[in-house]
Amino acid sequence: MTNSIKEIGDAEVLFVIGSNTTEAHPVISYFMKRAVKKGGTLIVNDPRKIDLTRWAQMHVQHRVGSDVAYLNALIHEIFANGWENREFLANHTENPEAIREWVKPYTPEMAEGICGVPAATIRQVAKILGTAKSVSVCYTLGITEHICGTDNVKTIANLQMVLGNLGKYGAGVNPLRGQNNVQGACDMGALPNVYHNYQAVDNPATIKKYEEAWGVTGLSGKVGYKMPTMLRKAHDGGTRILYCVGDNTVQTEPHMAHTIKEIQALEFFIVCDIFPNITTPYADVIFPDTCWGEEDGTYSNTERRVQRVRAALQAPGEARSHWWVLQELGKRLGYDMGFTTAESVWEDMRKTATSYAGITYERIEQLGLQWPCPTLTHPGTGFLHKDGNFTRGKGLFHKIEYIPPAEQADGQYPFILSTGRRLWHYHTGTQTRNSEGLSDLFPEELLELSPVDAARLGIKTGDWVAASSRRGRIELRAWVTERSPAGVCWCAFHFHEACANVLTNDAFDSVTETAEYKVCAIRVEKLADGELNTAAGSMKRQARP
Amino acid sequence: MQITIDGKRCEASPGQTVLAVARAHGFYVPTLCYHAKTGKAGKCRACVAEIAGMRGLQTTCTVEVKDGMVVRLDSEKVRKAQRLVVDLLLSSGRHDCLSCEKNGECELQAAAYYLGVKKPSFAVANDEAAKFDDTSRFVVRDDAKCIKCGRCVAGCKNTVCNDVLDFGFRSGRTKVICDHDQPMGASTCVQCGECVQLCPVGALVDKKAVGQGRVWDLAKVNTTCPYCGVGCQVTMHVDRPRNRIVKVTGRECAPNEGMLCVKGRYGYDFPSHPERLKYPMIKRDGVHVRVSWDEALDYTADRIRTIVGQHGPDVFSAFGSGRITNENNYALAKFTRAVIHTNNIDHCART
Repeated sequence: MTNSIKEIGDAEVLFVIGSNTTEAHPVISYFMKRAVKKGGTLIVNDPRKIDLTRWAQMHVQHRVGSDVAYLNALIHEIFANGWENREFLANHTENPEAIREWVKPYTPEMAEGICGVPAATIRQVAKILGTAKSVSVCYTLGITEHICGTDNVKTIANLQMVLGNLGKYGAGVNPLRGQNNVQGACDMGALPNVYHNYQAVDNPATIKKYEEAWGVTGLSGKVGYKMPTMLRKAHDGGTRILYCVGDNTVQTEPHMAHTIKEIQALEFFIVCDIFPNITTPYADVIFPDTCWGEEDGTYSNTERRVQRVRAALQAPGEARSHWWVLQELGKRLGYDMGFTTAESVWEDMRKTATSYAGITYERIEQLGLQWPCPTLTHPGTGFLHKDGNFTRGKGLFHKIEYIPPAEQADGQYPFILSTGRRLWHYHTGTQTRNSEGLSDLFPEELLELSPVDAARLGIKTGDWVAASSRRGRIELRAWVTERSPAGVCWCAFHFHEACANVLTNDAFDSVTETAEYKVCAIRVEKLADGELNTAAGSMKRQARP
Repeated sequence: MQITIDGKRCEASPGQTVLAVARAHGFYVPTLCYHAKTGKAGKCRACVAEIAGMRGLQTTCTVEVKDGMVVRLDSEKVRKAQRLVVDLLLSSGRHDCLSCEKNGECELQAAAYYLGVKKPSFAVANDEAAKFDDTSRFVVRDDAKCIKCGRCVAGCKNTVCNDVLDFGFRSGRTKVICDHDQPMGASTCVQCGECVQLCPVGALVDKKAVGQGRVWDLAKVNTTCPYCGVGCQVTMHVDRPRNRIVKVTGRECAPNEGMLCVKGRYGYDFPSHPERLKYPMIKRDGVHVRVSWDEALDYTADRIRTIVGQHGPDVFSAFGSGRITNENNYALAKFTRAVIHTNNIDHCART
């Protein structure tokens, strides 16, 4: 996030797109609802009628995967009415005239044909955004998990730069990160192109710097593979060893049958985790890791705040912190990384990281600090790009054109399936399904489909259905709900017994290699009559009509 | 500016309430309806004081300071009024401290203790009509203990904005209801537990924690929630002898201001699940066999050395994780780069 969570509660206008916030980031949704109660305007942009729409002044139901057309039309309208922030464009962006030209074809009428949102509605939204003093855009994986995910994000950046909504309180481009430490995993250099602190791996100066800091020679200057490439290369011997920490790969990657084949093609597969899951059976070696509550360390949250986690429990059996395992393996392979405690690992990282140089365990004993925090007296940074000053100097607009999703509904597979998370569960369920009570509330995956489609197929809530795509088939019960627009089905990936990723499409964004989890074509057939048990039935509270 | 409380000069700043200044200077002031997060309420009248120039007793949680204000907290008039408030509340419900989950951190119990109210002086009201509602999976409601302070209602409405709880019915029959007086389990409550966190007494408690340990026997350890990217600050309440987390509460600080969701507040017992992976294992003839750490590490190092030796470092790939700590991710990145000499490291940010 360029800005902080608490700013959401004070926002004048909140533009939420591709984020089922009440379920995936409940606490941030509280701040959004507070902003509404304070008189702020909430615009929810989502193909589904998610619960947050109950608090929204406007719900824009654009078609799945049509974000670029819709957002470009908003930018078009903003320019057409002179609502752009001229001062910001002139002083803080490089190519404002170019963006004005690029969006010209995206009239509201043209966009309506793609995204299904009436042109009048697009004009109404543009007016709210264009005439507000500040707008905060919040998005989640509904934006990124498309073959055009990078384009979607760049279009949001374009919109916010046109409006001058960067570098100030209550504004910004705010991706709500999905996992407890996905921000930290990026910050720590668990990426193929950068070291921790985002230093490019193919920069000779960077290599020299880390060779000196770590006392090694021969660091690779070649950008590494991204996850899908790593897996794909298992087939031709390009990847022979996969060392997998805390990642239930079989359940989380798209096109499960294909993922299994890739993993089976590996020569040596190491899995480090806290529970047996549907990936562990394929492992050649399993290392038992300590989990939350059992080890010291830090997580970095979505607003870049580095916060402590602490050990309160004895780990079971011989489970160990993973840094210890790596330290031991390193010694056996001829290099002592020098790790003795979690704090020693942090200190080793900190000495070569300007953004975190000011963050020590001592300073975050009570309260976390937001990076950049370059010195020991720096208070941390609430929002980035203050006064419109970007890291690269001036903001650069990108020309983004709409491209349709990789797979479209057709005669054989007439429905679009989209995926995501449920309030009651997290990820592959290893934590939530192993904690008492949450599964009582939501014990099994359900296929959400619209009343219109359900009536046509003779399906009612609780009936058993089969959902199939070109890649696989799952059987689960149906939840007939107004949340789904006609033609769109939805289910999550929390339950391995009926996992969305059996069906999802392994088509990837060309830049990030993020899969198009949010769109694939499926067929739905009724298998048998059935009824939901009461606990699951009561979960309709997440979709009050 | 300065005000005087019981003869003591106290520094104050404009906008502060008398209560805030008194507490900052170490005075005991009982409060039941006031909570920093839900703000001024002025309902329970436990926090009253005499303020020179103002008629009658004033609720310190609502009155803002003025320069030179003279406040009396220790007068008999004040104490008598406070005792009566607490006495009436104790008399109006079934406040059985013995087995109450809140014993030791109950704010009504604390007020009775500090004010010296030993026993309710009035006949305990007939509480047969008061309902005990344990229909919710994670929250137990006991109307017989409810003091109608309204914190839960204010929290549900204005803090987490879930708009489920409200006051229903009139005068003596007033009670807190869910939606249109549904049992909590059948209501639209999403079980975020904010009401439990705000309840000053034992009227709302965490069901999973009932009977799991007295407040003084549990260690409190602060940490960050393991679920989504919000990074809510929580306190784990730990039964050390049994090696179990028995409760989680939100910390009243950034970024979550004490608020949590159902997963963060109630999904805390997975570490103690019996099916955890406990020992290193190597697959032999298709079966995972338990081995020692040394054997597992030696075997893994050998295999890596052999395969990388034969095919070069780029046949090694590592998956870090958005769920493990910064330290573990950094260690894996350093291992991949400095030990194996490849940049083939990535994680589930793409999923």
